[in-house]
Amino acid sequence: MEPQLQGQVIRQLFFLIGATSVNSILLRKDLCSCRKGMLSSPHQNTPRHREILCFLVEMAAQPSDTLATLKTESETLKTKLEEERAKLHDVELHQVAEKIEALGQFVMKTRRALKGHGNKVLCLDWCKDKRRIVSSSQDGKVIVWDAFTTNKEHAVTMPCTWVMACAYAPSGCAVACGGLDNKCSVYPLSLDKNENLAAKKKSVAMHTNYLSACCFTNSDMQILTSSGDGTCALWDVESGQMLQSFHGHAADVLCLDLAPSETGNTFVSGGCDKKSCVWDMRTGQCVQSFETHESDINSVRYYPSGDAFASGSDDATCRLYDLRADREVAIYSKESIIFGASSVDFSLSGRLLFGGYNDYTINVWDVLKGTRVSILFGHENRVSTLRVSPDGTAFCSGSWDHTLRIWA
Amino acid sequence: MSNNSAGGLVSLQKSVKQLRFEAGIRRIKVSQAAAELKAFCLQNAHKDPLLMGVPSSDNPFRPPKSCALF
Repeated sequence: MEPQLQGQVIRQLFFLIGATSVNSILLRKDLCSCRKGMLSSPHQNTPRHREILCFLVEMAAQPSDTLATLKTESETLKTKLEEERAKLHDVELHQVAEKIEALGQFVMKTRRALKGHGNKVLCLDWCKDKRRIVSSSQDGKVIVWDAFTTNKEHAVTMPCTWVMACAYAPSGCAVACGGLDNKCSVYPLSLDKNENLAAKKKSVAMHTNYLSACCFTNSDMQILTSSGDGTCALWDVESGQMLQSFHGHAADVLCLDLAPSETGNTFVSGGCDKKSCVWDMRTGQCVQSFETHESDINSVRYYPSGDAFASGSDDATCRLYDLRADREVAIYSKESIIFGASSVDFSLSGRLLFGGYNDYTINVWDVLKGTRVSILFGHENRVSTLRVSPDGTAFCSGSWDHTLRIWA
Repeated sequence: MSNNSAGGLVSLQKSVKQLRFEAGIRRIKVSQAAAELKAFCLQNAHKDPLLMGVPSSDNPFRPPKSCALF
């Protein structure tokens, strides 16, 4: 029998024996002036009897009390956390930004349309050379494009469908991808067009549920992954070993982003539990968490300085969280926007926030003022992924309409 | 049932520990954080091609205005 259960049984027995003996003691006329026993009479006013009864009840009730005390402590800590955060909330971001000049009209058009996927495009990533893009789709195809010429340079067919994550290695020599196969695989890209890329595939990460996002760290040697099993993990590419795992989300983790290299070893993740967490990569601990969204968080992206991050969610809002103030500082929403934001990214200076939404549009927000500066139409189905190029000259969006569009 | 309460106890203990840690971190005022975000934006605005717009000749994605062969 389980120790907890044993303890519980012993306590119950103790209570029964104790109560019965006190009862019989009280019934003995020579020890107590009461004529009726404790348990049989509701009318018991003397403090001494109440004391004994309370003591016995407390002894019997101990295990559930610990649970209750922890729960109350948890609640008080949560309120205390909110109070601490509220104390420093002296001004709103858009108030600080009032004196800045408003942004002019933006003319952003589709400059390239990359067609070739046979099904919904789920994820994309730019190469550091600012020219190549890797994208993955529902039919299991992963394609590497030259964005200037719109040519396809490489194509790999994954053994699974719904390839939800893909990433370009910093060196430009490999791509990582994964999805319903619960794994993250790395494919080295060769210059020889005829070579079968699938032959050189290396399985790096193993999760117990679908892979939702992956990202190389500063080198080709380590990959960070997030999964539907509620965890994130850091892997060594060469050996396939897990270097660190990150537990804390209560549901599927849908997205992650690495902090810009100058700001250290942290990353942010967002999940179906409406929470976004900032993790220390070396210790595996969650250092900050934010729970203000009202639905699943589909995308998180660091602000270029690394001091803040934005998140896009199914609650049709994008929000900006400042890490040093430890709170949400801006909400980007409009009553007319009712569809979820699937993907967000910042422009190079951090002034613009691009959000791809499930209503087939891309909204461009002024990060400081909190207003929308532009709305871009073009896709014929929901926008599932969006990334700004490394040099900030353009951004690329992928959609369920099987195409990718480059906007500038 | 006791399994649940034992597992629930452990996870509650973990979350209380995590909350204690988070309650203790250093925070700065929003006004200061916002000022720094604003400063970063303004400092880097001139380098931002999507914000400033670049002449068509420099941007590889924008088609050149005209291409004439005489």
